[in-house]
Amino acid sequence: MAGSKSVRRLEKAPTGIQGFDEITQGGLPKGRPTLICGGPGSGKTLLGMQFLVNGAIRYHEPGVFMSFEETAEELAKNCVSLGYDLKGLAASKKLSLDYVHVERSEIEETGEYDLEGLFIRLDHAIKSIGAKRVVLDTVESLFAGLPNPFILRAELRRLFRCLKTKGMTAVITGEQGTDTLTRQGLEEYVSDCVVALSHRVANQISTRRLRIVKYRGSIHGTNEYPFLIGETGLTVLPITSIRLEHAVSKERVSSGIPRLDSMLGGKGYFRGTTVLVSGTAGTGKTSVAAAFADAACRRGEKCIFFSFEESSSQVVRNMRSIGIDFQTPLDKGLLKFYAERPTLYGLEAHLASVHKAIDEFKPKVVILDPISNLTSVGIESDIKMMLTRIIDYLKVRQVTTLFTSLTSPGDVIEQTEVGISSLCDTWLILRDIELGGERNRAMYVLKARGMAHSNQIREFRLTSRGIDLVDVYVGPAGVLTGAARLSQEALEKGQEYIRRHELELKKINLESKRRAMEAQVAAFRGQFEAEEKEVKSLIAQEEMRIKGATHLRRNMARMRKAD
Amino acid sequence: MKPKPVGGGNKNRDTLWELRLYVAGQTPRSLAAFSNLKKICEDHLKGKYHIEVVDLLQNPKLAKGDQILAIPTLVRKLPPPLKKIIGDLSDTERVLVGLDLRPKF
Repeated sequence: MAGSKSVRRLEKAPTGIQGFDEITQGGLPKGRPTLICGGPGSGKTLLGMQFLVNGAIRYHEPGVFMSFEETAEELAKNCVSLGYDLKGLAASKKLSLDYVHVERSEIEETGEYDLEGLFIRLDHAIKSIGAKRVVLDTVESLFAGLPNPFILRAELRRLFRCLKTKGMTAVITGEQGTDTLTRQGLEEYVSDCVVALSHRVANQISTRRLRIVKYRGSIHGTNEYPFLIGETGLTVLPITSIRLEHAVSKERVSSGIPRLDSMLGGKGYFRGTTVLVSGTAGTGKTSVAAAFADAACRRGEKCIFFSFEESSSQVVRNMRSIGIDFQTPLDKGLLKFYAERPTLYGLEAHLASVHKAIDEFKPKVVILDPISNLTSVGIESDIKMMLTRIIDYLKVRQVTTLFTSLTSPGDVIEQTEVGISSLCDTWLILRDIELGGERNRAMYVLKARGMAHSNQIREFRLTSRGIDLVDVYVGPAGVLTGAARLSQEALEKGQEYIRRHELELKKINLESKRRAMEAQVAAFRGQFEAEEKEVKSLIAQEEMRIKGATHLRRNMARMRKAD
Repeated sequence: MKPKPVGGGNKNRDTLWELRLYVAGQTPRSLAAFSNLKKICEDHLKGKYHIEVVDLLQNPKLAKGDQILAIPTLVRKLPPPLKKIIGDLSDTERVLVGLDLRPKF
């Protein structure tokens, strides 16, 4: 683990850009130049500017911004929208803006020269405010302004070395080339840290991405991370930035469906967990979601309902048909709808809008209905990343979330289209059971982390009074629902009667047999007793006879006077 | 090779030429630039020029005003328009072109 030791030793300058410091484990290499390359409009200048302004305000490291493209005025104007007061910072000597203008038509080359002028300007700017950070944006435009690229290359190499000697944490931006990272091959000179920004459009949806191409002497996230340019500037959205360290709650919240609560250990979902409801079309996913939202509002908790399919009034109307009144909590301000077509903007922007809505409203319960609809604006892995981030974000805030997801009938039922099932704590599956010419809904709990839950399939019924779960018939004839269940139950009742009757008969039979047996036993005993009596009297007679004979003999002897 | 100035000659014949040479310390290149400039001025603008030498090492602030990057840089402040000539001015032909003392081809 020699590598990890040096990681600790490598000093870093935090950028203060949300997410960026996490993926670089602390920021840019301190005292070294970093190259940021990307196409036009990819956010290079903004990244550099945020690095400087955050440095000046938060980390007490003044910075020099040397712009080769925009004037100081333009820069200041552009940054006002982000809430940066560049002029104020410049006035308080925390920031120095220097616009380097090179006009090819004004310049005539007449012999040898070097860029000492640029060096002096930079050095002067650094010294005048005691700068620790430098941004050169973008130094490549010198190649268009100065005639001799050989001198320029040699001088740029010298410039970067000079920045390093001065111990400046520098950001050098470069325009992306066709095959190389930068058009002029600046990556050859700046080799400590290279960050690539891109702005890609796939299926008409644009996503900005950031990647750390290399970071000498430090481990770093290697993925392409999506990032946003929003009202507060740049935000990188790394999954890994949110560690799995959120506190968990033992509190339970009702699902709004009493029988479902009892299936989930009698109490409902855990607070702050993620519930996934998946099923084919028309299985009642939105209704399950609505029941949960309704239960939250009844408890007096705030709830946001992101609807990607139906307008809010449509949801309100439809849910009234199953006895859920959304109008009251809406009026009370407990419930909020965000009905947006997914195609309205890209995934990242959706993520941002979800974040913003949650930050503003601070709900306890969030519904996203349905997440499968997002496939129209992104590929599966992107959606999974986005949802992971939403889930993490909500979990940290102890918000209970319910997603619904549409599965197509041909699919494996235990598979959601966007593959987030593993991220969910509780997973309810809704399905159709088609039997005997009718179609019935069924529900079961596929998983429920951390609680004892029923393994049974329940019939799921939408009534005008709400959602009801009924035990399905599970027997030798299979799983039966609806009318089939009722008829099977009637049939079984009849069979039961007959069986009971037969049993009764058998009991009676047995009783009579026992009586017969007992009568026989009595007869035998009587016979035996009679015989016994007879035998005994015979024995007595015989004994009497023997006694009598002996007596007679003795008397006769006495009479004969025998000796 | 015409001995007489043409370009700059037809306008501003009598105006003063204000030239500023930016250097950074007494390097051989700066010294060469200055002596080359002096010679060219003596040959073509005798009596109506003024050379100001700015050493940026002593006055780094001045680099910003004239947008100086390369050293040495010669700036023609007057007559307008502003012209910049970079390098040690060893290529006399190009200096003359740059100063508008000789028409471009």
